[in-house]
Amino acid sequence: MKPFQYLRPKSVAEAISMAADYPEAQYIAGGTNLVDLMKRGIASPSKLIDINHLPLKKIEHRYDRLRIGALALNSDVAKHKSVVSRQPLLAQALLAGASGQLRNMATVGGNLLQRTRCSYFYDLALPCNKRKPGAGCGAEAGINRTHAIFFAGNGFGGNEKSACIAVHPSDMCVALTALDTEVVINGTGGERRVLLKDFHRLSTLQPELDTNLQPGELVTAIEVTDNAFAQHSHYLKVRDRASYAFALVSVAAALQMDGGRIWDARMALGGVAHKPWRYWAIDLMLRGQAPSEKLFREVAEHEMQSAKATEQNAFKIKLTSNAIVAALKAATGIS
Amino acid sequence: MDIDHDAIPPDAPDEDRRFFLKQSMFIAGLSMAPADFLQAALAPDDGPVGNAVKVKLSLTINGKRRRISIDPRMTLLDLLRENLGLTGTKKGCDFGQCGACTVHVDGRRTLSCLTFAVMQHGSKVTTIEGLSDGEKLHPLQEAFIKHDGFQCGYCTPGQVMSGVACIREGHAGSADEVREYMSGNLCRCGAYPNIVDAILEVKKEGTKV
Repeated sequence: MKPFQYLRPKSVAEAISMAADYPEAQYIAGGTNLVDLMKRGIASPSKLIDINHLPLKKIEHRYDRLRIGALALNSDVAKHKSVVSRQPLLAQALLAGASGQLRNMATVGGNLLQRTRCSYFYDLALPCNKRKPGAGCGAEAGINRTHAIFFAGNGFGGNEKSACIAVHPSDMCVALTALDTEVVINGTGGERRVLLKDFHRLSTLQPELDTNLQPGELVTAIEVTDNAFAQHSHYLKVRDRASYAFALVSVAAALQMDGGRIWDARMALGGVAHKPWRYWAIDLMLRGQAPSEKLFREVAEHEMQSAKATEQNAFKIKLTSNAIVAALKAATGIS
Repeated sequence: MDIDHDAIPPDAPDEDRRFFLKQSMFIAGLSMAPADFLQAALAPDDGPVGNAVKVKLSLTINGKRRRISIDPRMTLLDLLRENLGLTGTKKGCDFGQCGACTVHVDGRRTLSCLTFAVMQHGSKVTTIEGLSDGEKLHPLQEAFIKHDGFQCGYCTPGQVMSGVACIREGHAGSADEVREYMSGNLCRCGAYPNIVDAILEVKKEGTKV
Protein backbone atom coordinates (compact mmCIF):
# COMPACT_ATOMS: atom_id res chain seq x y z
CA MET A 1 0.00 0.00 0.00
CA LYS A 2 1.27 3.46 -0.85
CA PRO A 3 2.05 5.70 2.14
CA PHE A 4 -0.58 8.27 3.01
CA GLN A 5 -0.94 11.09 5.45
CA TYR A 6 -3.80 10.68 7.88
CA LEU A 7 -5.93 13.77 8.50
CA ARG A 8 -8.74 14.16 11.00
CA PRO A 9 -10.83 17.32 10.41
CA LYS A 10 -12.96 18.69 13.24
CA SER A 11 -15.79 20.10 11.12
CA VAL A 12 -17.50 19.56 7.77
CA ALA A 13 -16.06 22.88 6.60
CA GLU A 14 -12.53 21.81 7.55
CA ALA A 15 -12.99 18.45 5.78
CA ILE A 16 -14.15 20.17 2.60
CA SER A 17 -11.31 22.65 2.71
CA MET A 18 -8.80 19.80 3.18
CA ALA A 19 -10.24 18.02 0.15
CA ALA A 20 -10.06 21.23 -1.86
CA ASP A 21 -6.44 21.79 -0.86
CA TYR A 22 -5.38 18.23 -1.69
CA PRO A 23 -6.95 16.94 -4.92
CA GLU A 24 -5.28 13.56 -4.38
CA ALA A 25 -6.99 13.14 -0.99
CA GLN A 26 -9.91 10.82 -0.29
CA TYR A 27 -12.46 10.84 2.49
CA ILE A 28 -12.72 7.70 4.58
CA ALA A 29 -15.74 6.70 6.69
CA GLY A 30 -16.39 3.03 7.58
CA GLY A 31 -13.53 1.93 5.34
CA THR A 32 -15.15 -1.39 4.45
CA ASN A 33 -14.62 -0.78 0.73
CA LEU A 34 -11.84 1.81 0.62
CA VAL A 35 -9.40 -0.10 2.88
CA ASP A 36 -9.96 -3.15 0.68
CA LEU A 37 -9.28 -1.09 -2.47
CA MET A 38 -6.16 0.48 -0.94
CA LYS A 39 -4.75 -2.91 0.06
CA ARG A 40 -5.13 -4.09 -3.52
CA GLY A 41 -3.60 -0.92 -4.96
CA ILE A 42 -6.82 0.06 -6.78
CA ALA A 43 -7.14 3.23 -4.69
CA SER A 44 -4.00 5.03 -3.55
CA PRO A 45 -4.83 8.39 -1.96
CA SER A 46 -1.77 10.19 -0.62
CA LYS A 47 -3.94 11.81 2.04
CA LEU A 48 -6.78 10.17 3.89
CA ILE A 49 -9.37 12.47 5.43
CA ASP A 50 -11.05 10.58 8.28
CA ILE A 51 -14.55 12.04 8.60
CA ASN A 52 -15.79 9.58 11.24
CA HIS A 53 -15.78 12.18 14.00
CA LEU A 54 -17.90 14.75 12.18
CA PRO A 55 -21.44 15.27 13.54
CA LEU A 56 -23.22 13.49 10.68
CA LYS A 57 -24.65 10.44 12.45
CA LYS A 58 -28.11 11.69 13.31
CA ILE A 59 -31.28 9.94 12.14
CA GLU A 60 -34.39 12.05 12.61
CA HIS A 61 -37.89 12.55 11.29
CA ARG A 62 -38.81 16.22 10.94
CA TYR A 63 -41.82 17.77 9.25
CA ASP A 64 -42.48 15.61 6.20
CA ARG A 65 -39.22 13.74 5.86
CA LEU A 66 -36.75 11.29 7.30
CA ARG A 67 -33.23 12.67 7.34
CA ILE A 68 -30.33 10.29 7.82
CA GLY A 69 -26.83 11.63 8.41
CA ALA A 70 -24.18 10.34 6.02
CA LEU A 71 -22.23 8.77 8.89
CA ALA A 72 -25.17 6.85 10.37
CA LEU A 73 -24.13 3.21 10.46
CA ASN A 74 -26.05 0.74 8.32
CA SER A 75 -26.88 -1.31 11.46
CA ASP A 76 -28.23 1.75 13.30
CA VAL A 77 -30.35 2.85 10.33
CA ALA A 78 -31.82 -0.64 9.89
CA LYS A 79 -33.11 -0.74 13.47
CA HIS A 80 -34.09 2.91 13.93
CA LYS A 81 -37.72 3.30 14.97
CA SER A 82 -38.57 5.93 12.32
CA VAL A 83 -36.94 3.88 9.57
CA VAL A 84 -38.69 0.65 10.55
CA SER A 85 -42.10 2.29 10.90
CA ARG A 86 -41.99 4.78 8.01
CA GLN A 87 -39.59 3.24 5.46
CA PRO A 88 -39.47 -0.50 6.16
CA LEU A 89 -38.24 -1.10 2.59
CA LEU A 90 -34.97 0.63 3.53
CA ALA A 91 -34.56 -1.45 6.70
CA GLN A 92 -35.20 -4.66 4.74
CA ALA A 93 -32.66 -3.74 2.08
CA LEU A 94 -30.00 -2.85 4.63
CA LEU A 95 -30.44 -6.12 6.48
CA ALA A 96 -30.21 -8.04 3.20
CA GLY A 97 -26.74 -6.60 2.65
CA ALA A 98 -23.31 -7.55 4.02
CA SER A 99 -22.87 -9.08 7.50
CA GLY A 100 -23.43 -7.98 11.10
CA GLN A 101 -19.83 -6.81 11.37
CA LEU A 102 -19.83 -4.88 8.08
CA ARG A 103 -23.16 -3.19 8.83
CA ASN A 104 -21.62 -2.00 12.12
CA MET A 105 -18.86 -0.26 10.16
CA ALA A 106 -20.42 0.80 6.86
CA THR A 107 -22.09 4.21 6.73
CA VAL A 108 -24.94 5.49 4.59
CA GLY A 109 -22.63 7.85 2.68
CA GLY A 110 -20.08 5.10 2.12
CA ASN A 111 -22.76 2.72 0.94
CA LEU A 112 -23.78 5.27 -1.73
CA LEU A 113 -20.17 5.49 -2.85
CA GLN A 114 -19.09 1.86 -2.81
CA ARG A 115 -17.45 0.58 -5.98
CA THR A 116 -18.55 -2.34 -8.09
CA ARG A 117 -17.42 -5.84 -7.10
CA CYS A 118 -16.73 -6.84 -10.75
CA SER A 119 -13.77 -9.22 -10.58
CA TYR A 120 -12.06 -7.48 -13.51
CA PHE A 121 -12.13 -4.20 -11.59
CA TYR A 122 -10.41 -5.92 -8.66
CA ASP A 123 -7.77 -7.83 -10.62
CA LEU A 124 -4.90 -5.53 -11.55
CA ALA A 125 -3.61 -8.07 -14.10
CA LEU A 126 -6.77 -7.84 -16.22
CA PRO A 127 -8.14 -5.01 -18.36
CA CYS A 128 -10.83 -2.77 -16.91
CA ASN A 129 -12.20 0.49 -18.32
CA LYS A 130 -13.41 1.57 -14.90
CA ARG A 131 -10.03 1.13 -13.23
CA LYS A 132 -8.02 2.31 -16.25
CA PRO A 133 -10.11 4.16 -18.85
CA GLY A 134 -9.41 2.93 -22.36
CA ALA A 135 -7.83 -0.36 -21.22
CA GLY A 136 -10.79 -2.39 -22.43
CA CYS A 137 -13.38 -4.47 -20.61
CA GLY A 138 -12.33 -7.95 -19.58
CA ALA A 139 -15.85 -8.94 -18.67
CA GLU A 140 -17.37 -8.21 -22.07
CA ALA A 141 -16.02 -11.44 -23.58
CA GLY A 142 -15.02 -12.97 -20.26
CA ILE A 143 -16.73 -14.13 -17.10
CA ASN A 144 -19.89 -12.04 -17.09
CA ARG A 145 -22.44 -14.20 -15.32
CA THR A 146 -23.16 -11.51 -12.71
CA HIS A 147 -23.03 -8.51 -15.03
CA ALA A 148 -25.51 -5.97 -16.32
CA ILE A 149 -28.57 -6.60 -18.47
CA PHE A 150 -29.76 -2.98 -18.64
CA PHE A 151 -27.67 -0.26 -20.25
CA ALA A 152 -27.82 3.40 -21.12
CA GLY A 153 -30.46 4.17 -23.71
CA ASN A 154 -32.86 1.48 -22.57
CA GLY A 155 -36.48 2.48 -22.82
CA PHE A 156 -35.70 5.16 -25.36
CA GLY A 157 -35.49 2.90 -28.35
CA GLY A 158 -31.81 2.13 -28.08
CA ASN A 159 -29.26 0.04 -26.29
CA GLU A 160 -26.03 1.93 -26.51
CA LYS A 161 -22.74 0.13 -26.28
CA SER A 162 -21.36 0.47 -22.81
CA ALA A 163 -17.70 0.76 -21.83
CA CYS A 164 -18.45 -1.04 -18.58
CA ILE A 165 -20.93 -3.82 -17.95
CA ALA A 166 -20.37 -4.02 -14.19
CA VAL A 167 -23.28 -3.64 -11.78
CA HIS A 168 -23.74 -1.44 -8.74
CA PRO A 169 -23.42 -3.66 -5.67
CA SER A 170 -25.58 -1.85 -3.10
CA ASP A 171 -28.87 -3.10 -1.67
CA MET A 172 -29.55 0.11 0.26
CA CYS A 173 -29.36 2.22 -2.90
CA VAL A 174 -31.96 0.06 -4.67
CA ALA A 175 -34.52 0.70 -1.91
CA LEU A 176 -33.60 4.38 -1.74
CA THR A 177 -33.96 4.75 -5.52
CA ALA A 178 -37.48 3.33 -5.36
CA LEU A 179 -38.24 5.77 -2.53
CA ASP A 180 -37.16 8.87 -4.51
CA THR A 181 -34.44 9.75 -2.02
CA GLU A 182 -32.57 13.02 -2.11
CA VAL A 183 -28.84 13.21 -1.45
CA VAL A 184 -27.52 16.27 0.41
CA ILE A 185 -24.04 17.25 -0.75
CA ASN A 186 -21.66 19.87 0.63
CA GLY A 187 -18.76 21.43 -1.20
CA THR A 188 -16.77 24.64 -1.36
CA GLY A 189 -19.73 26.27 -3.09
CA GLY A 190 -22.16 25.37 -0.27
CA GLU A 191 -24.92 22.79 -0.12
CA ARG A 192 -26.75 21.19 -3.04
CA ARG A 193 -29.29 18.42 -3.39
CA VAL A 194 -29.51 15.70 -6.01
CA LEU A 195 -32.15 13.05 -6.47
CA LEU A 196 -30.61 9.63 -5.97
CA LYS A 197 -31.74 8.63 -9.48
CA ASP A 198 -29.37 11.34 -10.77
CA PHE A 199 -26.57 10.63 -8.30
CA HIS A 200 -25.16 7.46 -9.86
CA ARG A 201 -24.19 7.25 -13.52
CA LEU A 202 -24.72 4.80 -16.32
CA SER A 203 -21.46 3.87 -17.93
CA THR A 204 -21.66 4.73 -21.62
CA LEU A 205 -19.08 7.44 -21.22
CA GLN A 206 -16.46 7.72 -18.49
CA PRO A 207 -17.02 4.40 -16.71
CA GLU A 208 -14.36 5.49 -14.19
CA LEU A 209 -17.01 7.77 -12.70
CA ASP A 210 -19.65 5.99 -10.60
CA THR A 211 -21.43 9.17 -9.51
CA ASN A 212 -21.96 12.80 -10.39
CA LEU A 213 -20.19 14.02 -7.25
CA GLN A 214 -17.68 16.75 -8.04
CA PRO A 215 -14.11 16.42 -6.73
CA GLY A 216 -13.91 17.29 -3.03
CA GLU A 217 -17.66 17.22 -2.46
CA LEU A 218 -18.92 15.44 0.65
CA VAL A 219 -22.25 13.64 1.04
CA THR A 220 -23.65 14.85 4.36
CA ALA A 221 -27.15 13.30 4.51
CA ILE A 222 -29.95 11.61 2.64
CA GLU A 223 -33.62 12.53 2.91
CA VAL A 224 -36.70 10.43 2.22
CA THR A 225 -39.99 12.28 1.97
CA ASP A 226 -42.97 10.66 3.73
CA ASN A 227 -44.99 8.30 1.60
CA ALA A 228 -47.82 5.79 1.95
CA PHE A 229 -45.78 2.71 1.00
CA ALA A 230 -45.01 1.30 4.47
CA GLN A 231 -47.81 -1.31 4.43
CA HIS A 232 -47.10 -2.59 0.93
CA SER A 233 -43.38 -2.63 0.30
CA HIS A 234 -41.01 -5.52 -0.17
CA TYR A 235 -37.29 -5.98 -0.85
CA LEU A 236 -36.47 -9.26 -2.55
CA LYS A 237 -32.84 -10.28 -2.97
CA VAL A 238 -31.81 -13.28 -5.05
CA ARG A 239 -28.24 -14.49 -4.60
CA ASP A 240 -26.01 -17.53 -4.96
CA ARG A 241 -26.12 -18.36 -1.25
CA ALA A 242 -28.75 -17.70 1.41
CA SER A 243 -26.89 -14.85 3.12
CA TYR A 244 -23.79 -12.67 2.88
CA ALA A 245 -23.52 -12.43 -0.89
CA PHE A 246 -24.09 -9.69 -3.44
CA ALA A 247 -27.34 -9.77 -5.34
CA LEU A 248 -27.66 -11.54 -8.65
CA VAL A 249 -30.91 -9.62 -8.87
CA SER A 250 -32.83 -7.62 -6.31
CA VAL A 251 -36.21 -5.90 -6.45
CA ALA A 252 -37.43 -3.02 -4.28
CA ALA A 253 -41.21 -2.68 -4.63
CA ALA A 254 -43.21 0.08 -2.92
CA LEU A 255 -46.96 0.24 -3.46
CA GLN A 256 -49.84 2.24 -2.12
CA MET A 257 -53.13 0.33 -1.99
CA ASP A 258 -56.67 1.18 -1.12
CA GLY A 259 -59.90 -0.75 -1.56
CA GLY A 260 -58.11 -3.72 -3.12
CA ARG A 261 -56.51 -1.61 -5.85
CA ILE A 262 -53.04 -0.21 -6.41
CA TRP A 263 -52.93 3.59 -6.47
CA ASP A 264 -49.21 4.29 -6.59
CA ALA A 265 -46.22 2.10 -7.42
CA ARG A 266 -42.45 2.52 -7.37
CA MET A 267 -39.84 -0.05 -8.25
CA ALA A 268 -36.07 -0.25 -8.55
CA LEU A 269 -33.93 -3.22 -9.53
CA GLY A 270 -30.46 -4.11 -8.23
CA GLY A 271 -27.70 -6.24 -9.73
CA VAL A 272 -28.84 -5.48 -13.28
CA ALA A 273 -27.17 -2.19 -14.25
CA HIS A 274 -24.31 0.20 -13.59
CA LYS A 275 -26.61 1.96 -11.14
CA PRO A 276 -29.83 1.04 -9.34
CA TRP A 277 -32.31 0.59 -12.19
CA ARG A 278 -35.56 2.47 -11.76
CA TYR A 279 -38.57 0.87 -13.47
CA TRP A 280 -40.33 4.08 -14.46
CA ALA A 281 -43.36 2.72 -16.29
CA ILE A 282 -44.59 0.57 -13.42
CA ASP A 283 -46.72 3.28 -11.86
CA LEU A 284 -48.69 3.78 -15.08
CA MET A 285 -49.09 0.05 -15.57
CA LEU A 286 -50.34 -0.72 -12.06
CA ARG A 287 -52.32 2.38 -11.14
CA GLY A 288 -55.99 1.63 -10.57
CA GLN A 289 -55.53 -2.10 -11.07
CA ALA A 290 -56.36 -4.96 -8.73
CA PRO A 291 -53.32 -7.10 -7.94
CA SER A 292 -53.04 -10.41 -9.75
CA GLU A 293 -50.24 -12.71 -10.81
CA LYS A 294 -51.24 -12.29 -14.44
CA LEU A 295 -50.95 -8.50 -14.20
CA PHE A 296 -47.60 -8.71 -12.42
CA ARG A 297 -46.27 -11.11 -15.06
CA GLU A 298 -47.23 -8.66 -17.83
CA VAL A 299 -45.61 -5.81 -15.93
CA ALA A 300 -42.40 -7.79 -15.41
CA GLU A 301 -42.15 -8.92 -19.00
CA HIS A 302 -42.75 -5.42 -20.27
CA GLU A 303 -39.60 -4.09 -18.59
CA MET A 304 -37.55 -7.13 -19.55
CA GLN A 305 -38.16 -6.45 -23.26
CA SER A 306 -35.39 -3.88 -23.13
CA ALA A 307 -32.95 -6.14 -21.26
CA LYS A 308 -29.93 -7.44 -23.13
CA ALA A 309 -27.90 -10.42 -22.00
CA THR A 310 -24.18 -10.98 -22.37
CA GLU A 311 -22.83 -14.46 -23.05
CA GLN A 312 -23.25 -15.91 -19.56
CA ASN A 313 -26.08 -13.98 -17.95
CA ALA A 314 -29.15 -14.69 -20.08
CA PHE A 315 -30.59 -16.45 -17.02
CA LYS A 316 -30.84 -13.07 -15.33
CA ILE A 317 -33.61 -11.93 -17.68
CA LYS A 318 -35.95 -14.72 -16.60
CA LEU A 319 -34.72 -14.45 -12.99
CA THR A 320 -35.40 -10.70 -12.86
CA SER A 321 -38.84 -11.19 -14.36
CA ASN A 322 -39.70 -13.84 -11.77
CA ALA A 323 -38.24 -11.71 -8.97
CA ILE A 324 -40.42 -8.74 -9.99
CA VAL A 325 -43.52 -10.94 -9.88
CA ALA A 326 -42.54 -12.44 -6.51
CA ALA A 327 -41.76 -9.02 -4.98
CA LEU A 328 -45.08 -7.57 -6.18
CA LYS A 329 -46.97 -10.57 -4.80
CA ALA A 330 -45.24 -10.20 -1.44
CA ALA A 331 -45.88 -6.43 -1.37
CA THR A 332 -49.58 -6.82 -2.18
CA GLY A 333 -50.04 -9.94 -0.04
CA ILE A 334 -51.49 -12.14 -2.79
CA SER A 335 -50.44 -15.76 -3.01
CA MET B 1 7.09 0.57 16.91
CA ASP B 2 7.01 2.24 20.28
CA ILE B 3 5.10 0.86 23.23
CA ASP B 4 4.58 3.25 26.10
CA HIS B 5 6.12 1.65 29.15
CA ASP B 6 3.57 3.33 31.40
CA ALA B 7 0.92 1.19 29.81
CA ILE B 8 2.13 -1.83 31.79
CA PRO B 9 1.22 -1.33 35.44
CA PRO B 10 3.67 -2.79 38.01
CA ASP B 11 0.97 -5.10 39.35
CA ALA B 12 0.05 -6.44 35.93
CA PRO B 13 -0.59 -10.18 35.74
CA ASP B 14 2.26 -12.40 34.62
CA GLU B 15 0.93 -12.75 31.15
CA ASP B 16 1.21 -9.01 30.64
CA ARG B 17 4.72 -8.99 32.06
CA ARG B 18 5.76 -11.70 29.62
CA PHE B 19 4.16 -9.74 26.83
CA PHE B 20 5.91 -6.60 28.00
CA LEU B 21 9.30 -8.33 28.04
CA LYS B 22 8.70 -9.71 24.58
CA GLN B 23 7.86 -6.23 23.33
CA SER B 24 10.84 -4.64 25.07
CA MET B 25 13.25 -7.08 23.48
CA PHE B 26 11.66 -6.38 20.14
CA ILE B 27 11.88 -2.63 20.64
CA ALA B 28 15.56 -2.89 21.66
CA GLY B 29 16.30 -4.31 18.24
CA LEU B 30 14.52 -1.60 16.33
CA SER B 31 14.78 2.09 15.84
CA MET B 32 12.16 2.94 13.30
CA ALA B 33 11.12 6.53 13.90
CA PRO B 34 12.87 9.88 14.26
CA ALA B 35 13.53 10.55 17.94
CA ASP B 36 12.11 14.06 17.91
CA PHE B 37 8.83 12.78 16.60
CA LEU B 38 8.51 10.13 19.27
CA GLN B 39 9.24 12.76 21.90
CA ALA B 40 6.22 14.78 20.79
CA ALA B 41 3.58 14.99 23.48
CA LEU B 42 0.28 13.27 22.81
CA ALA B 43 -2.75 15.00 24.21
CA PRO B 44 -5.27 12.24 24.86
CA ASP B 45 -8.28 14.16 23.62
CA ASP B 46 -6.65 15.44 20.48
CA GLY B 47 -6.67 13.49 17.28
CA PRO B 48 -3.78 11.18 16.54
CA VAL B 49 -0.61 13.10 15.77
CA GLY B 50 1.85 12.34 13.03
CA ASN B 51 2.77 12.22 9.37
CA ALA B 52 2.83 9.67 6.57
CA VAL B 53 5.61 7.73 8.32
CA LYS B 54 4.53 7.54 11.94
CA VAL B 55 1.41 8.43 13.85
CA LYS B 56 1.05 8.44 17.61
CA LEU B 57 -2.25 7.29 18.94
CA SER B 58 -3.84 5.99 22.06
CA LEU B 59 -6.48 3.32 22.42
CA THR B 60 -7.76 0.99 25.11
CA ILE B 61 -7.29 -2.70 24.40
CA ASN B 62 -8.86 -5.24 26.74
CA GLY B 63 -9.17 -2.58 29.42
CA LYS B 64 -5.60 -1.32 29.19
CA ARG B 65 -4.72 2.04 27.73
CA ARG B 66 -2.01 1.75 25.09
CA ARG B 67 -0.04 4.59 23.59
CA ILE B 68 1.48 3.50 20.33
CA SER B 69 3.39 4.93 17.40
CA ILE B 70 2.68 3.24 14.08
CA ASP B 71 2.67 3.59 10.32
CA PRO B 72 -0.82 4.92 9.42
CA ARG B 73 -1.19 2.08 6.89
CA MET B 74 -1.33 -0.49 9.69
CA THR B 75 -4.73 -2.11 10.16
CA LEU B 76 -6.14 -2.71 13.62
CA LEU B 77 -5.66 -6.43 12.96
CA ASP B 78 -1.95 -6.05 12.25
CA LEU B 79 -1.51 -3.78 15.26
CA LEU B 80 -3.06 -6.41 17.52
CA ARG B 81 -1.14 -9.33 16.09
CA GLU B 82 2.20 -7.93 15.02
CA ASN B 83 2.81 -5.11 17.49
CA LEU B 84 0.93 -6.12 20.59
CA GLY B 85 1.36 -9.89 20.39
CA LEU B 86 -2.40 -10.45 20.68
CA THR B 87 -2.44 -13.30 18.19
CA GLY B 88 -5.81 -14.66 19.27
CA THR B 89 -7.43 -12.50 16.61
CA LYS B 90 -6.84 -14.31 13.32
CA LYS B 91 -6.02 -13.11 9.83
CA GLY B 92 -8.07 -15.14 7.37
CA CYS B 93 -8.71 -13.38 4.07
CA ASP B 94 -7.55 -9.89 5.16
CA PHE B 95 -10.24 -8.43 2.85
CA GLY B 96 -13.32 -8.44 5.06
CA GLN B 97 -14.86 -11.58 3.64
CA CYS B 98 -14.33 -14.26 6.30
CA GLY B 99 -14.89 -12.77 9.79
CA ALA B 100 -11.83 -14.42 11.39
CA CYS B 101 -10.54 -11.01 12.52
CA THR B 102 -13.74 -9.99 14.35
CA VAL B 103 -13.17 -7.90 17.49
CA HIS B 104 -15.42 -5.54 19.44
CA VAL B 105 -14.80 -1.81 19.03
CA ASP B 106 -16.74 0.30 21.52
CA GLY B 107 -19.00 -2.70 22.04
CA ARG B 108 -19.75 -3.35 18.35
CA ARG B 109 -18.46 -6.33 16.43
CA THR B 110 -16.09 -5.05 13.79
CA LEU B 111 -13.71 -6.47 11.18
CA SER B 112 -10.25 -5.46 12.38
CA CYS B 113 -8.73 -6.09 8.93
CA LEU B 114 -10.85 -3.37 7.30
CA THR B 115 -10.05 -0.49 9.63
CA PHE B 116 -6.79 1.37 9.96
CA ALA B 117 -5.60 1.34 13.58
CA VAL B 118 -5.15 5.10 13.48
CA MET B 119 -8.89 5.48 12.86
CA GLN B 120 -9.49 3.79 16.22
CA HIS B 121 -7.64 6.42 18.24
CA GLY B 122 -9.59 6.78 21.49
CA SER B 123 -11.61 3.57 20.96
CA LYS B 124 -12.07 0.68 23.34
CA VAL B 125 -11.17 -2.61 21.68
CA THR B 126 -11.95 -6.06 23.08
CA THR B 127 -10.27 -9.11 21.56
CA ILE B 128 -10.74 -12.79 22.32
CA GLU B 129 -7.96 -12.42 24.94
CA GLY B 130 -10.10 -9.88 26.77
CA LEU B 131 -13.29 -11.92 26.72
CA SER B 132 -12.44 -14.50 29.37
CA ASP B 133 -12.19 -13.61 33.04
CA GLY B 134 -8.59 -14.63 33.67
CA GLU B 135 -8.48 -18.43 33.47
CA LYS B 136 -12.26 -18.63 33.60
CA LEU B 137 -13.60 -18.97 30.08
CA HIS B 138 -16.52 -16.92 28.80
CA PRO B 139 -19.81 -18.88 28.79
CA LEU B 140 -19.81 -18.94 24.98
CA GLN B 141 -16.26 -20.33 24.94
CA GLU B 142 -17.43 -23.08 27.31
CA ALA B 143 -20.41 -23.74 25.05
CA PHE B 144 -18.16 -24.02 21.98
CA ILE B 145 -16.16 -26.72 23.79
CA LYS B 146 -19.29 -28.53 24.98
CA HIS B 147 -20.89 -28.52 21.51
CA ASP B 148 -17.68 -29.14 19.59
CA GLY B 149 -18.12 -25.83 17.76
CA PHE B 150 -14.83 -26.08 15.90
CA GLN B 151 -12.46 -28.42 14.16
CA CYS B 152 -9.23 -26.68 13.12
CA GLY B 153 -10.02 -23.71 15.37
CA TYR B 154 -8.78 -20.97 13.08
CA CYS B 155 -12.12 -19.20 12.68
CA THR B 156 -13.09 -19.79 16.33
CA PRO B 157 -11.95 -16.51 17.93
CA GLY B 158 -13.91 -14.61 15.29
CA GLN B 159 -16.91 -16.91 15.69
CA VAL B 160 -16.90 -16.43 19.46
CA MET B 161 -16.55 -12.63 19.28
CA SER B 162 -19.29 -12.48 16.66
CA GLY B 163 -21.48 -14.93 18.61
CA VAL B 164 -21.24 -12.88 21.80
CA ALA B 165 -22.23 -9.77 19.86
CA CYS B 166 -25.06 -11.68 18.16
CA ILE B 167 -26.51 -12.59 21.57
CA ARG B 168 -26.02 -9.07 22.96
CA GLU B 169 -27.70 -7.54 19.91
CA GLY B 170 -30.74 -9.73 20.49
CA HIS B 171 -30.29 -11.69 17.26
CA ALA B 172 -30.05 -15.19 18.72
CA GLY B 173 -33.77 -15.91 19.00
CA SER B 174 -33.84 -18.95 16.71
CA ALA B 175 -31.51 -21.15 14.69
CA ASP B 176 -32.51 -19.32 11.51
CA GLU B 177 -31.81 -15.95 13.07
CA VAL B 178 -28.42 -17.09 14.37
CA ARG B 179 -27.50 -18.46 10.94
CA GLU B 180 -28.44 -15.16 9.30
CA TYR B 181 -26.67 -12.94 11.81
CA MET B 182 -23.57 -15.17 11.93
CA SER B 183 -23.28 -15.36 8.13
CA GLY B 184 -20.26 -13.05 8.13
CA ASN B 185 -18.16 -15.70 9.88
CA LEU B 186 -17.05 -18.48 7.58
CA CYS B 187 -15.93 -21.91 8.83
CA ARG B 188 -14.28 -24.04 6.18
CA CYS B 189 -14.37 -27.11 8.44
CA GLY B 190 -18.14 -26.77 8.43
CA ALA B 191 -18.75 -26.66 12.20
CA TYR B 192 -21.79 -24.45 11.60
CA PRO B 193 -24.49 -26.66 13.20
CA ASN B 194 -22.46 -26.94 16.42
CA ILE B 195 -21.68 -23.23 16.45
CA VAL B 196 -25.40 -22.48 16.15
CA ASP B 197 -26.13 -24.93 18.99
CA ALA B 198 -23.53 -23.30 21.24
CA ILE B 199 -24.93 -19.81 20.66
CA LEU B 200 -28.53 -20.92 21.13
CA GLU B 201 -27.68 -22.67 24.38
CA VAL B 202 -25.97 -19.63 25.90
CA LYS B 203 -28.87 -17.46 24.80
CA LYS B 204 -31.42 -19.93 26.21
CA GLU B 205 -29.65 -20.20 29.57
CA GLY B 206 -29.85 -16.43 29.83
CA THR B 207 -26.29 -16.16 31.15
CA LYS B 208 -25.04 -12.61 31.04
CA VAL B 209 -22.66 -12.32 28.13
